[in-house]
Amino acid sequence: MQEVGKLHKKISFTVNGKAVSLEVDIRQSLLEVLRNILGYTGVKKGCGVGECGACTVLVDGTPIDSCIYLAVWADGKNITTIEGLAKNGELTKVQKAFIEEGAIQCGFCTPGLVLTTTALVESGKKYTREELKRELSGHFCRCTGYQNILKAAERALEE
Amino acid sequence: MYNIQGYYDPETVDEAVALLADNPSLKIIAGGTDVLIKMHGGQLEKAELLSIRKLKELEDIKKLEDGTIIIGPLATFSQIYNDPVIKKNIPVLGEAAISMGGPQIRNIATIGGNICNGATSADSASTLFALNAKLKLRTSQGERVIPIQEFYLGPGKVDLKPGEVLTEIIITPENYQGFGGHYIKFAMRNAMDIATLGVAVLCKITESKLIEDVRIGLGVAAPTPIRCQEAESFARGKAISEEIIAVIGKLAVKSTKARTSWRASKEYREHLVEELTQRALKAAVRNAGGGEVA
Repeated sequence: MQEVGKLHKKISFTVNGKAVSLEVDIRQSLLEVLRNILGYTGVKKGCGVGECGACTVLVDGTPIDSCIYLAVWADGKNITTIEGLAKNGELTKVQKAFIEEGAIQCGFCTPGLVLTTTALVESGKKYTREELKRELSGHFCRCTGYQNILKAAERALEE
Repeated sequence: MYNIQGYYDPETVDEAVALLADNPSLKIIAGGTDVLIKMHGGQLEKAELLSIRKLKELEDIKKLEDGTIIIGPLATFSQIYNDPVIKKNIPVLGEAAISMGGPQIRNIATIGGNICNGATSADSASTLFALNAKLKLRTSQGERVIPIQEFYLGPGKVDLKPGEVLTEIIITPENYQGFGGHYIKFAMRNAMDIATLGVAVLCKITESKLIEDVRIGLGVAAPTPIRCQEAESFARGKAISEEIIAVIGKLAVKSTKARTSWRASKEYREHLVEELTQRALKAAVRNAGGGEVA
């Protein structure tokens, strides 16, 4: 158990399938560790308070806002960031659907949206458009107007 | 970087309450979606955290043989929405759970945290008020069980005594069996928003279409979540009709202490209480098998 007063804790987890062990500062969010220490800059910092979804990563396959998730909580977990999706330079069907449907403009919300959509595809469930709106409601996009994002998610789920 | 001065993460409730007994100033953190945001915004300055995330014994939702449903305070909103026991027995709580935040928040935020944060707008609270939920609170010395109505003291203030951890949310069978329910969250957006008003109605009807029992729980209609006792007493034993439901809506306003905030004026909130109580009651009647109110 962690002792109070000690500001560092050794944790082990995987990022995109790669095992990582490091001493993290207990004051840091998972977002800070992923971006600033491990260099996964595809994880974007938007609002910092869990509203915009730009920092979304998958923890054991579940989308979470990494800005309000302490790094120490990642101990023993499997983390997926946007960098972990494409294999050998080959984009996933979700990434391709986002390109084909023009669901990307400035790109800042894209990593989070692609990861959440990936989790929906992995769930194996079917979603109506209304359900998709709800499932993607934790992400702000200030460019696209959302229609193309919904189309991209639908395309990825159909394939 | 959060201004965290220290961090404990015990693995059992016994360890957690022992730590709290030694150091009552520890701030309990579970999902962290309120605590970390408050730290970020400065409403909560430096804190030593006691993380209860590893207390596996507080995660489960179960139904006991006598029909009592026990919800572990670490159950997340996503877990509550998807849980078969909740779906089958108290679907209205699932409705409330899915109305909160967005998916990433629901995957992390816990029902115990939602209650202990003490906000009148807590999406689970008005429904738990309507269900007469009881809370089990434990210290290193023992435990006590209190009705959720007594737990809320004021805005952001709950009766969590130094050294206490919430360990169970208890819903007894006489408080859900035979009831139909409905929850309406009124907000400016369909997601990622704080309720302007939350209305949870449960009702039970007799064979002859009389209101046997009704419970009206409101959030953001007063400094704490409330029940509308006057409207409830009036409703019991009455035949269901458009007129009776209209009176119940009017009486519900009498229990409120709404105030003006940037979200809505007092007058507007009172109008919402009157109207949404009626809509939620009609839906609850339908869900209780009473058909459409003409």
